[in-house]
Amino acid sequence: MTTIATTEKAEPARRPRSQILEFMRQQPMGAASFVVIVVMMFAGVFAERVAPHDPLDIDFGGILAPPSWEHWTGTDAFGRDTFSRIIYGARTALIIGFASSFIGSSLGALLGATCAYFGGRVDMVIQRFVDIMLSFPIIVLALVVVAVLGKWQVLGIDINLIFAIAIPIVPNVTRIVRSAALSVRAMPYIDAARTAGYSHLRIICRHMLPNLMAPYLIMLTAYIAQAILLEASLSFLGLGVAEPTPAWGLMLSGNATDFFREAPWMALFPGIAISLAVFAFSLFGDSLRDWLDPKFKV
Amino acid sequence: MSVDNLHVHFKTAAGVVRAVEGLSFTVNRGEVVAVVGESGSGKSVTALAVMRLLPKRSAVVPQGRITFDGRNLLELSDEEMRQRRGRDISMIFQEPMTSLNPILPIGLQITEPLQIHLGMSDEQTKARAVELLRLVGIPDAERRLTQYPHQFSGGMRQRVMIAIGLACNPKLIIADEPTTALDVTIQAQILELMKDLSRRLNIALILITHNLGIVARYADRVIVMYAGRQAEQGAADAVFHRPRHPYTMGLLRSVPRLDRPRGVKLETIEGLPPNLATAPPGCRFAPRCPYRLPACDQDPPLIPTDTGGLSACIRAAEIASGAINWTSGMVAGSADAVAKDRAPLLAVRDLRKFFPVRTGLGGSKAVVRAVDGVSFDIYPGETLGLVGESGCGKTTVGRLILRLDEPTSGAIHFEGKDLLAASAGELKTLRRKIQVIFQDPYSSLNPRMTVGQIVAEPLHVHGIVADAGKRKARVAELISQVGLRPELAERYPHQLSGGQRQRVGIARALGMEPSFIVCDEAVSALDVSIQGQIINLLEDLQRAFGLAYLFIAHDLAIVRHISMRVVVMYLGHVMEIADRDTLYREPLHPYTKLLLDAAPIPDPTVEKARAPRLIQGELPSALAPPAGCVFHTRCPLASDECKAAVPPLREIRPKHFAACIKV
Repeated sequence: MTTIATTEKAEPARRPRSQILEFMRQQPMGAASFVVIVVMMFAGVFAERVAPHDPLDIDFGGILAPPSWEHWTGTDAFGRDTFSRIIYGARTALIIGFASSFIGSSLGALLGATCAYFGGRVDMVIQRFVDIMLSFPIIVLALVVVAVLGKWQVLGIDINLIFAIAIPIVPNVTRIVRSAALSVRAMPYIDAARTAGYSHLRIICRHMLPNLMAPYLIMLTAYIAQAILLEASLSFLGLGVAEPTPAWGLMLSGNATDFFREAPWMALFPGIAISLAVFAFSLFGDSLRDWLDPKFKV
Repeated sequence: MSVDNLHVHFKTAAGVVRAVEGLSFTVNRGEVVAVVGESGSGKSVTALAVMRLLPKRSAVVPQGRITFDGRNLLELSDEEMRQRRGRDISMIFQEPMTSLNPILPIGLQITEPLQIHLGMSDEQTKARAVELLRLVGIPDAERRLTQYPHQFSGGMRQRVMIAIGLACNPKLIIADEPTTALDVTIQAQILELMKDLSRRLNIALILITHNLGIVARYADRVIVMYAGRQAEQGAADAVFHRPRHPYTMGLLRSVPRLDRPRGVKLETIEGLPPNLATAPPGCRFAPRCPYRLPACDQDPPLIPTDTGGLSACIRAAEIASGAINWTSGMVAGSADAVAKDRAPLLAVRDLRKFFPVRTGLGGSKAVVRAVDGVSFDIYPGETLGLVGESGCGKTTVGRLILRLDEPTSGAIHFEGKDLLAASAGELKTLRRKIQVIFQDPYSSLNPRMTVGQIVAEPLHVHGIVADAGKRKARVAELISQVGLRPELAERYPHQLSGGQRQRVGIARALGMEPSFIVCDEAVSALDVSIQGQIINLLEDLQRAFGLAYLFIAHDLAIVRHISMRVVVMYLGHVMEIADRDTLYREPLHPYTKLLLDAAPIPDPTVEKARAPRLIQGELPSALAPPAGCVFHTRCPLASDECKAAVPPLREIRPKHFAACIKV
């Protein structure tokens, strides 16, 4: 049935507050995951205030202590409070995960849309380049980038680590976005834009990219999780975040595996934190995609 | 079968949509009943309700009986219903391209219902499948059974669908827009076949369509639906000649017809169909009806009419007495004299476009000759109609003129400038002058932009209106020029109806202040009553701004209405060019003649009087077009000479060109 609402009045402009309420009403799961993300962000930003202990405080008297009132999630092999380390770890995870996924996905989306728009030789060259990139395992590619770029810290954040994680994301996103962009390219409104004499850049940015929001958001949120894991792997190999900086991936690897029988909490709680973050970002991405699509607004 | 007081409701986020309300009708064996209505009138929902194929989660049938063979279909268990589907009642869908399973050979798809419902053995089913394919006119049946759907053309696939529908000797066939996706010449073949089979095999046929011409030619009785209710029903002759409901009267008048003198303006039904979720009680048509009375606020009963049918209009008796006649604003004659001694605005010379295709893996390259040597001129302020069946290259010609595709060879001059040699900068200024209106109003507007943004963008990019405040005023002006309320600027395209979207597309094109617009099937996706409104709008704008149109369409009646001259294309070649009146009165080329014969006219008397002269055969593949005259494979006059050389376009009478050696 195609009954299209044709109410007589133009609807009133949406106020931001009613927008948020409306989002919560229409996307309850999205709202729940948003709460998790906000909690994570809050913990990351105000880690100094929230954390009960200093995450770097070594206490050899209380190593591998099980969860207690003093240490909610126990302590690690150096007697450091894991709960505080998880809270500080949220900061690392969010900065590196979000920044690298954002850079990687955005670059990928732009390349994918460019490929689909121009087609022909441009598409051919970029796609073969993507093929080469995809033939390397993601971790190997990240390793190469780290090795080539070295370390470059700004305000305590390793910028090159972000790029090392972002670059392997690019070809994956390019592939997915390109296939979606091919169908957008074939839409008459792109032809209409071409006959209107708009520049290539304008057509790609104003007419193609907004219509590729759905695959972009899914990729973005999915790769935040990937990036957090990748960062952990690199840290494990000594190329990412180094001890004693608190990072979830780092907490999972290293000593946690050695003491798994004696102190399962060392791996369990950072693991839960990673799962929760990954789950929340994916779910939020899905809801956001539905919400941003004007077709879903009645 | 009889349907009695059927109601179907859909639960949606926007409330309960009453898709069908109080529909009653009967169909007897060997009878063809047509259900006509615009999109959203509930005709397809009725068909799905009879088949019990409505979506279970959202659709409810709160009232009504559907009696088939003495049983109420609505009370059968799912299993009992399943047994009837395909065996007693079968359905033929609109889209022959997607309703066959592409990975199964068609033989298997025909024999499947036979095995399931009749439990036939393999040999029996094969024999029956061959018999069925012969019945629906597919030659070489045994060999074709092992072929896959992609090896069949659209018309052939629809024949296969009919064969599947007939497989178990059903008592009732429901055909939902069976020929809407097909060309005029193929449409005539398929409908002839269906009507003939229904007579011979004594099958009841429900034909759901929006095309009044089809109804006139093939239906015995007609049910006119509007906004989920029936407006009128009766014998086809009566409904067409003596309509007893204002909606039917308006509908019949808003269709351009091939057999009537061409009026200056098309008559239309103003306004839009109501929203079925929020519509108030009362006659559904009242808001658009010129004869409404205060009493129309009450739900109208179905009253028997003097013509033996039923009408849902309280003033049916007055209509019958002739007291009410749809006011005719029709002015005879033509008001479009264009000075042709001026230089042409657009000159197309020997235009060719070949698309290379690779056949198979690493196979040799073949070439589709989509446009093969097309030449014509368009003068300022003129409308040139371009007609032809699908695949004849008419859309490609439009795309080449718009420089959306690069031609293989040929020349296009616009206002004396060579369009193909223009630099990027020159092209940008030329693009302002040449605009386009697309066929599909659903996909030609960027869904992420509001109407206001869509219309404002070209003004901004081309610096037509540089000031942001003035731009807003100009957008409001443009939107009202195309007959929309300026508040709609805040809306997104999906919040508009098809006709409104098409108006937005026109406003966008108009903002560039063009002198020439390519209308590529600009009204063929719209409902009949909306079509008329858009055509009138295009003509008004043409008069106001001196626009020239290239009007690309497959509907001969619409092209006749809007065009001043007409080009007929077939398989990439121009067959005939002439003034509109000359072409329709005295067509010279055999293809034009047959095309005009195949087009149905919404008048049962005229239809029954003319002998159907069908074009035989299918459109040849553009990959391997016939040598010589491309039409010789289907032409009744064809001889060996026709195969020898491509006939040139000759001026046979003054300003009347045809590409045929026999005239």
